Amino acid sequence: MAPADGAAWALREGACPSQSWRRGRCSLGSAGGSLPLTIMAPTDGAAWALRSGACPSQSWRRRAARRGLCGRATAPHNHGGRGRAGPGRELRTGGPRRRGHVTGKMAVFPWHSRHRNYKAEFASCRLEAVPLEFGDYHPLKPITVTESKTKKVSRKGSTSSTSSSSSSSVVDPLSSVLDGTDPLSMFAATADPAATAAATDSSRKKREREDNSIIGSDFEPWASKRGEILARYTTTEKLSINLFMGSEKGKAGTATSAMSEKVRTRLEELDDFEEGSQKELLNLTQQDYVNRIEELNQSLKDAWASDQKVKALKIVIQCSKLLSDTSVIQFYPSKFVLITDILDTFGKLVYERIFSMCVDNRSVLPDHFSPENVNDTAKETCLNWFFKIASIRELIPRFYVEASILKCNKFLSKTGISECLPRLTCMIRGIGDPLVSVYARAYLCRVGMEVAPHLKESLNKNFFDFLLTFKQIHGDTVQNQLVVQGVELPSYLPLYSPAMDWIFQCISYHAPETLLTEMMERCKKLGNNALLLNSVMSAFRAEFIATRSMDFIGMIKECDESGFPKHLLFRSLGLNLALADPPESDRLQILNEAWKVITKLKNPQDYVNCAEVWVEYTCKHFTKREVSTVLADVIKHMTPDRAFEDSYPQLQSIIKKVIAHFHDFSVLFSVEKFLPFLDMFQKESVRVEVCKCIMEVFIKHQQEPTKDPVILNALLHVCKTMHDSVNALTLEDEKRMLAYLINGFIKMVSFGRDFEQQLSFYVEARSMFCNLEPVLVQLIHSVNRLAMETRKVMKGNHSRKTAAFVRACVAYCFITIPSLVGIFARLNLYLHSGQVALANQCLSQADAFFKAAISLIPEVPKMINIDGKMRPSESFLLEFLCNFFSTLLIVPDHPEHGVLSLVRELLGVIQDYTWEDNSDDKVRIYTCVLHLLSAMSQETYLYHVDKVDSNDSLYGGDSKFLAENNKLCETVMAQILEHLKTLAKDEALKRQSSLGLSFFNSILAHGDLRNNRLNQLSVNLWHLAQRHGCADTRTMVKTLEYIKKRSRQPDMGHLTELALRLPLQTRT
Amino acid sequence: MGTSLDIKIKRANKVYHAGEMLSGVVVVSGKDPVQHQGLFLTVEGTVNLQLSAKSVGVFEAFYNSVKPIQIINSTIEMVKPGKFPPGKTEIPFEFPLHVKGNKVLYETYHGVFVNIQYTLRCDMKRSLLAKDLTKTCEFIVHSAPQKGKLTPSPVDFTITPETLQNVKERALLPKFLIRGHLNSTNCVITQPLTGELVVESSEAAIRSIELQLVRVETCGCAEGYARDATEIQNIQIADGDVCRSLSVPIYMVFPRLFTCPTLETTNFKVGRAQWGRGTHVSREGSNSAFARLTKGRPSLLTSTTR
Repeated sequence: MAPADGAAWALREGACPSQSWRRGRCSLGSAGGSLPLTIMAPTDGAAWALRSGACPSQSWRRRAARRGLCGRATAPHNHGGRGRAGPGRELRTGGPRRRGHVTGKMAVFPWHSRHRNYKAEFASCRLEAVPLEFGDYHPLKPITVTESKTKKVSRKGSTSSTSSSSSSSVVDPLSSVLDGTDPLSMFAATADPAATAAATDSSRKKREREDNSIIGSDFEPWASKRGEILARYTTTEKLSINLFMGSEKGKAGTATSAMSEKVRTRLEELDDFEEGSQKELLNLTQQDYVNRIEELNQSLKDAWASDQKVKALKIVIQCSKLLSDTSVIQFYPSKFVLITDILDTFGKLVYERIFSMCVDNRSVLPDHFSPENVNDTAKETCLNWFFKIASIRELIPRFYVEASILKCNKFLSKTGISECLPRLTCMIRGIGDPLVSVYARAYLCRVGMEVAPHLKESLNKNFFDFLLTFKQIHGDTVQNQLVVQGVELPSYLPLYSPAMDWIFQCISYHAPETLLTEMMERCKKLGNNALLLNSVMSAFRAEFIATRSMDFIGMIKECDESGFPKHLLFRSLGLNLALADPPESDRLQILNEAWKVITKLKNPQDYVNCAEVWVEYTCKHFTKREVSTVLADVIKHMTPDRAFEDSYPQLQSIIKKVIAHFHDFSVLFSVEKFLPFLDMFQKESVRVEVCKCIMEVFIKHQQEPTKDPVILNALLHVCKTMHDSVNALTLEDEKRMLAYLINGFIKMVSFGRDFEQQLSFYVEARSMFCNLEPVLVQLIHSVNRLAMETRKVMKGNHSRKTAAFVRACVAYCFITIPSLVGIFARLNLYLHSGQVALANQCLSQADAFFKAAISLIPEVPKMINIDGKMRPSESFLLEFLCNFFSTLLIVPDHPEHGVLSLVRELLGVIQDYTWEDNSDDKVRIYTCVLHLLSAMSQETYLYHVDKVDSNDSLYGGDSKFLAENNKLCETVMAQILEHLKTLAKDEALKRQSSLGLSFFNSILAHGDLRNNRLNQLSVNLWHLAQRHGCADTRTMVKTLEYIKKRSRQPDMGHLTELALRLPLQTRT
Repeated sequence: MGTSLDIKIKRANKVYHAGEMLSGVVVVSGKDPVQHQGLFLTVEGTVNLQLSAKSVGVFEAFYNSVKPIQIINSTIEMVKPGKFPPGKTEIPFEFPLHVKGNKVLYETYHGVFVNIQYTLRCDMKRSLLAKDLTKTCEFIVHSAPQKGKLTPSPVDFTITPETLQNVKERALLPKFLIRGHLNSTNCVITQPLTGELVVESSEAAIRSIELQLVRVETCGCAEGYARDATEIQNIQIADGDVCRSLSVPIYMVFPRLFTCPTLETTNFKVGRAQWGRGTHVSREGSNSAFARLTKGRPSLLTSTTR
């Protein structure tokens, strides 16, 4: 056995490789230091002597001498391969085991990089550009839809659209699928004639107006009101549900004495069809109540589904009976909402059932059917429902249940609904309580709008009836009730608003102006019409109100103080003015008049509710002066007794409105009272919310970078507020959001050519935002960019001053990076900043960055947290290192640190790093190092940094340098081969094969195969890859083909021979 | 699952007039063939009279009920003894609604003391081992609409404490004035009763205004005639303290099954068109007055305490 070989083994197996690396590094670091052991195992004595002689460091020689001493062969690995007794097979002293021919013959192979002519390669690799004639077909040529023509065939708006696509002769596959019209232009085509038809065909439009039987999307649906009412009308008082599921013994007591007991029970059975229990649920909280009602709704559906129609009807009756109870009056609007939900469900169920009865096996009833198409059974069932409901004893349930199935009249006769609606309207007159009756009217209007929107008369009738009963609100009965319940009139009257708003909205929908005027006149006539006025303002078209704003203000002023709260009236008016513009001339007067009243409001809550609405009007039509005045007034009102603490939502909305209208932040911040206004947000969470809003608007609307000191100061303050809210408990998402906003601001700051100012801004920002990592990252990037900008301005030739400035930038980065937590953020930034430093000719700084990066690598944990999940970090490390290697190629060696000191250091770190047991990443990295070293040994490197001399020009292809380089290669190769050998176990054979092949490819690409040993190694690797049948045959075939192809190129003749030596294993 | 028998009348609402043709099908369905001894269809129409416990004693009321009066009764054999095939068999039938002699087809009516009912009964006679199958089905007879147009006879009324009858201490009653009118005192039974009512004034708050429909039934029996007025239905037309001087509609749909046009025969008499209106006037929450109008003439029936 060759002693050299043994020495190699001694190194690889006997001595701990990691230690050897460390020592190797030490030796390289301190030239001339004596070392007990090193890595290099010289096989070729002569070559070694030659090299070591040229070696700049004396230690190499010594090491070589030592090598001989420890040439003790240790027990070799059993490779496990059944060795075909190849030429390289040898028996080891340690054991009589056989070795496979690759590893068996494994000596340390010398590396010979292939000479590369990058320019020529690049030229040969580049695709030949073939000029494309205009009109030639090319798949990537954009499809130009030249025109999308729409032809109006008839007035009815049926259209056919054609579009001719590009001039290419070949039909575009995408557009051909779509019959020549792409979907977007098709939409445009269909939408267009509708618009034009509407515009031109005015007569038709008029007709549509007249019959407007369909509710358009501009009609605010009940569903949107629902939630609002539920949220607004709440109570803390206890509620009760009184359900008589059984017989009403108590109420039947009024019957005549002439009625026998038997008759009475029978009559009771008419009311209540099955015997049940009377349920009275007392002391319910509001939430309980809501839950109960929801349960009832569910049991209604269940009863219906299980064919218990009578029970279902009974539930509905009992529920609607609850609406006659006004005991907790503040809750009444919400109760109405809840119970009408049940009624709606019921109405739908009945309608669907009868509708389904009309459906024969053969025909389905169309949507707009006429009663003649309805069969007798369905009609009879429908009639039965109506008869049954007509015999409900009590007025309110009878009304509500009948109204809920109003739609079913369609089955009976064409005029059914139009006869029913007026009758039901009249029926409401019987309801004594004005609140209950107005809600009944609202329900009728709601059902009416849904079923027959064209029947406007009954809507109007409802309104006028309501006006007739209006005086009842101030009647004794109501007043007594209010006293009993302890409710004040100003809080009682707003309970009417939802119902009245709805009625008004229904009436005013598409109503002619004259009707609205008439309604207004009638409202005016009644005393204390504030309630009406409010509903008029909230329901009528905003334009209608806006044009008459002055009238309204006059009317509001005349209202009685004690009744409906005035601030609500002004609020409603303000809401209208926010939507529609009043006449130009009135604008200032309106604001003055309104604000005169608003500013006198005593209660801060009332005041701020009003002011919130009016701020929008002010912002919309006036300048910053008026806005400032308004804000000042708000501050004045809200500061005493810290009233602002209770009205953060309103104040927040004021801020939002202001910033929505002032997109120019220099104007915004010059609004005198804006910043003092911000000071009112003293609760931290709210303040941060407001700051976020401001920043969002800033990011959205700021187009140009700014250096306005006012903006900078204010926004820095805002950002600081956001930043300071971060603490240990802040959620990740929240931090990300804040960082995003602050970054947005930082990116928008630019002092133009004043780079120093810019840098000092970044310094200031760093001191302010040190807790948010993404902001620091952004700052580092910004500073790097600044350095590169400087370079660009100086066209690469730094003056003394700019060089100093650039170094300051670099220093900024260097001291900022360590404060980051994320290890890969640090690594990447080190690398990135190093590149920037290199580009700016700050060589020693660049070295420092790279060294810092290298020393950081051992700290990389095995698992890192990515988006809340623990992931292995190796792949990231691999990625980073590859990137790093590419940079290292151009980093010139430090004159005092020996050849390739950075590469060596890095290799040392890689060696020491504890890699995953079952991963080949380390070897992959070594392969990359091999590529790097090959690239380094070229005469001219693949790329350079402008004005920086890389090693190619520093050493000028010096043979000593090359020798050092090759030596490193050998070590790395030895490591790779070593690793390959450990993979000889069964479960790792596949990995061995693929790694072997990839190593083979590396040699093929970068090695000089004219060298016999390298050639031999590659042949061996080829065999290794195929040995256990793990290789992919196709890949092997392709590789071989590639070699053959390469061999035809000039200077590559030797590959022909190689190809002959590479057999393909056939799978049999 | 054995054999089932069903009668399906052609008209969905099952309403027929005298002289019309009643038609329908008898449906026999079963999985197995059905052996039978004949299928019979019977039409029956009876008037049941019940004596009120008030006019005679309780026992007499129970035992001594008057014999039912038969209006119509006929049986035909639809199918001769034989066998029905498995599955569904429909046997159509049809007969004219005619009565023999001077009998009249009264309207179907379900009252307290008088009941007029028409039924179709289908019997399937079977051998001793299997039970006979029977299915009955009610159909409704309405008399033909009256010829000629009904002339509406509107009536106005006023109710004040003075118009009330049977009040012990008139002085205790709160003052009130209610005016109103009925569109007609003669009503077509298929049309609702309509009218208007205005509370002109009321000292006390009104709690409820109700409309009561009352019928008068008279039965003849051994001891003479028994006349009883009973409530059919009670409908609330106003709830709570209604607005003064605002008309509240009076509207009531007649429950068809429990009412019939006024009818007078030798043995019994049914009168409708009695309606009452109750006004609950609450004072100190205890007192209430009940007023009744008969054919537009206000008359007080009773006063109760709630």
